[in-house]
Amino acid sequence: MKKLLVSVATILAVVLVLFGTQSYLSSKTGTGTSSKDVLNLYNWGDYIDPALLKKFTKETGYKVSYETFDSNEAMYTKIKQGGTSYDLAVPSDYMIQKMKAERLLLPLDHSKLTGLKNYDSRFLNQSFDKKNKYSLPYFWGTLGIIYNDEYVNKKDIQHWDDLWSSKFKNQIMLVDSARDALAVALITQNKSVNTKSQADLAAAQAKLTTLMPNIKAIVADEIKMYMAQNEAAIAVTYSGEAAEALSNNKHLHYVVPSEGSNLWFDNIVMPKTAKHKAAAYAFLNFISDPKNAAQNAEYIGYATPNKNALALLPKSIRHDKQFYPDNETISHLQVYDNLGQAWTEKYNDAFLEFKMTQR
Amino acid sequence: MSKKFRWANIYLWFVFILLYLPIFFLIVYSFNSGSVMQGWSGFSLKHYNELFSDTRILEILVNTFLIALLSSLLASIIGTGGALYIYNLKHTLSKNVFLSLNNILLVSPDVIIGASFLILFTVMGFALGFTSVLLSHIAFSIPIVVLMVLPRLQEMNQSLVAAAKDLGANNWQMLSRVILPVISPGILAGFFMAFTYSLDDFAVTFFVTGNGFTTLSVEVYSRARQGVSLEINALSALMFMVSLLLVLAYYVISTRAVRSKKRGTRLVLPATEGL
Amino acid sequence: MMPKSKKQRQLFYVVPYSIWLILFVFAPLVLLLFQSLTTSNGDFTLHNYAVYFASGTYLKMTFNSVWYAFLITLITLLISYPTAYLLNQLKQKQFWLLLVILPTWINLLLKTYAFVGLLSKTGTVNNFIGLLGIAPQQLLFSDWSFLLVAAYIEIPFMILPIFNSLAEINPRLEQASHDLGANKWQTLRRVILPLSMPGIKAGIQAVFIPSLSLFMITRLIGGNRVITLGTAIEEHFLVTQNWRLGSTIGVILIVAMVIIMILTRDRVRKSSRKRG
Repeated sequence: MKKLLVSVATILAVVLVLFGTQSYLSSKTGTGTSSKDVLNLYNWGDYIDPALLKKFTKETGYKVSYETFDSNEAMYTKIKQGGTSYDLAVPSDYMIQKMKAERLLLPLDHSKLTGLKNYDSRFLNQSFDKKNKYSLPYFWGTLGIIYNDEYVNKKDIQHWDDLWSSKFKNQIMLVDSARDALAVALITQNKSVNTKSQADLAAAQAKLTTLMPNIKAIVADEIKMYMAQNEAAIAVTYSGEAAEALSNNKHLHYVVPSEGSNLWFDNIVMPKTAKHKAAAYAFLNFISDPKNAAQNAEYIGYATPNKNALALLPKSIRHDKQFYPDNETISHLQVYDNLGQAWTEKYNDAFLEFKMTQR
Repeated sequence: MSKKFRWANIYLWFVFILLYLPIFFLIVYSFNSGSVMQGWSGFSLKHYNELFSDTRILEILVNTFLIALLSSLLASIIGTGGALYIYNLKHTLSKNVFLSLNNILLVSPDVIIGASFLILFTVMGFALGFTSVLLSHIAFSIPIVVLMVLPRLQEMNQSLVAAAKDLGANNWQMLSRVILPVISPGILAGFFMAFTYSLDDFAVTFFVTGNGFTTLSVEVYSRARQGVSLEINALSALMFMVSLLLVLAYYVISTRAVRSKKRGTRLVLPATEGL
Repeated sequence: MMPKSKKQRQLFYVVPYSIWLILFVFAPLVLLLFQSLTTSNGDFTLHNYAVYFASGTYLKMTFNSVWYAFLITLITLLISYPTAYLLNQLKQKQFWLLLVILPTWINLLLKTYAFVGLLSKTGTVNNFIGLLGIAPQQLLFSDWSFLLVAAYIEIPFMILPIFNSLAEINPRLEQASHDLGANKWQTLRRVILPLSMPGIKAGIQAVFIPSLSLFMITRLIGGNRVITLGTAIEEHFLVTQNWRLGSTIGVILIVAMVIIMILTRDRVRKSSRKRG
């Protein structure tokens, strides 16, 4: 009994020490403070150069409390339920549309934005946020195919239909996302990736099911790791994943099929929970600055929508057709719409049934 | 005897190698000069440098341990109380009802628990942060403590309890002199499991963090899309080393204790309590 | 005996525990039931249950979940029981037990990534067997690798309770059994195994129940070749945001758990009666 009490006391002592350490550390980073000079940024994990956050604090005096999420839907749930006070968040396209419709976003005051002119007009005024009333683009990208030139010839894999080739039996990794997997099948059938036709969807599901013999695994964020480790010859995934994978294995290449694909955006928005608007605008202007945006793009490795930042990037990045495709290809890309509850479920049910047909 | 013992040792070695293989893999790659867990490209300490200059991640680490220690301590206390209560129930039916209720959080997938807790906290008008995470971790750790303590109670010698009563022990004496010593290994097992659950939980914690407070698991899982950097390996390696040192220190202390006293079956148990 | 003081003592145990039960078990349970039984307008419906039971997909997933959870539990038990038994024979057994717990403090995602590195085509295991002249094998995305990693995660949770119940067995009982002419095997089967039953049961509960709703490893190591209820729930809560159907599956899991509890409970009582 005495020993039990001693261990309880020991634990409490350690807890006290930890409390002390924590308050010391948080006075340095600025988290947890509710004072006025803080910016609460809600972003994907490791999705900004930490050096930029330090620079922002130095330039503007606002400390950044950086919190992270791992999926759009998880972030949406947190913001919708409240109990938090995020000033800025970084959702993807269809989610912005959904949040906008549910009045979870605050409109941006364009008169306070100094960096709008830096953005490439091709990436502004998108269907999910007309005239950028609610959001500023942060990064953009595509859906495409990664292949390993040790196992696959370049000419054999330029289009979505090539995936169905009997040569690639049990060689393809497919991204674990209903929208993206079905988009591939829909594009091969010349249908919109936002189709709301039961027949189109059923046909796409049937088409996808015929791909099953070629599919080795259906995975998500791990694709970059598997591909870098030669686990499969081909993968269908996002450009962001591809950029990471390519940087770790020189045999990998990324193709965006010219017949069409998905164009995605991660944009910065101001949720209705925002309390530090001045800090939020200061950050929006800071990150729109070409120098900062370029530094961030180099750190993250995704494509920047900031045309003046792009001009500052090294030639090897600027002219990389894999991640900055030409205008012709871009004109065939389609952005996902928010499908609404019923159709989101239909897409996911179709994909779930498809997944269950494995083996 | 000795031959059999050799086989036993080989088996134990096998199990320990299996348990530690991925850990060593992680630690080795924390010294990789490359940026991913593949293709060794040379020895480097750069990920450790990165780690020590990253105050944000260090703060998250401290938060994580704070939550883990406090929540498993409180969960052990509350859970032990719950186990005693369930043990004392006379009717099998009510025992089963309580046990089923107890296990609901064990069987419910984390996403469901997390979402329900989020709704609970926001309905009560609670701001998310340290307290909400602490309460949630206590909540999902309690059932495992009950599950670990209950078998010990069931094995407890009834005549011991009766004898104590006959000798006129009051409630407090009964608890502290008779019951707690017998069930303390169960409490300890519960504490360690709760500690593990707390350190490792992502899905529940994600929903209840907020206002600048976050834990290591949430941070690691959120980094999956960009790729988890080797800085996290370095952090895990350090955590592992510190824990290992603590365990070794315990080993040294307890061997001394054993040597100074005569070994008995009971002795091992109080020795653990000293941890 | 002492009815009043016993009540007082129970009050002391039970107050914090009851608060927990009401706030964190009862309230979420009611919420879950409510969501599974209503439409978005709040009207009563059995639609969600009908969807679940009418769909071959969900029933197949349920079967998968139970089957794989069973396999995981079985493998874990087979590895853990001898380990716990042998650990108990060691001097400084508490030290070794701590060494079993230690790996669980490292982040699960990170350990899973390490397994990917170990098991991939160009990974450590294949390099190693390559030295023996064996061609690289496809290890990832197979049932075996999935079961291996799942069992790996659960082993400490099985060893701990079994170890505890073994440690409590009086060594004199073993001695007595030996003196009465029982060999090692008989002693193990007739004396040690029955006496460690509560620990085994606690271990099975601690492993089987959470294994029903695994999802991360099914994707990372299993490549989504095995789809369990965990995957479906994850999807309904996080992708389609159909919390009603997600809650329905949650309720079904809870009911399954209660059934398992009742089944295992009964046997505990019988065996304890036998022991007198």
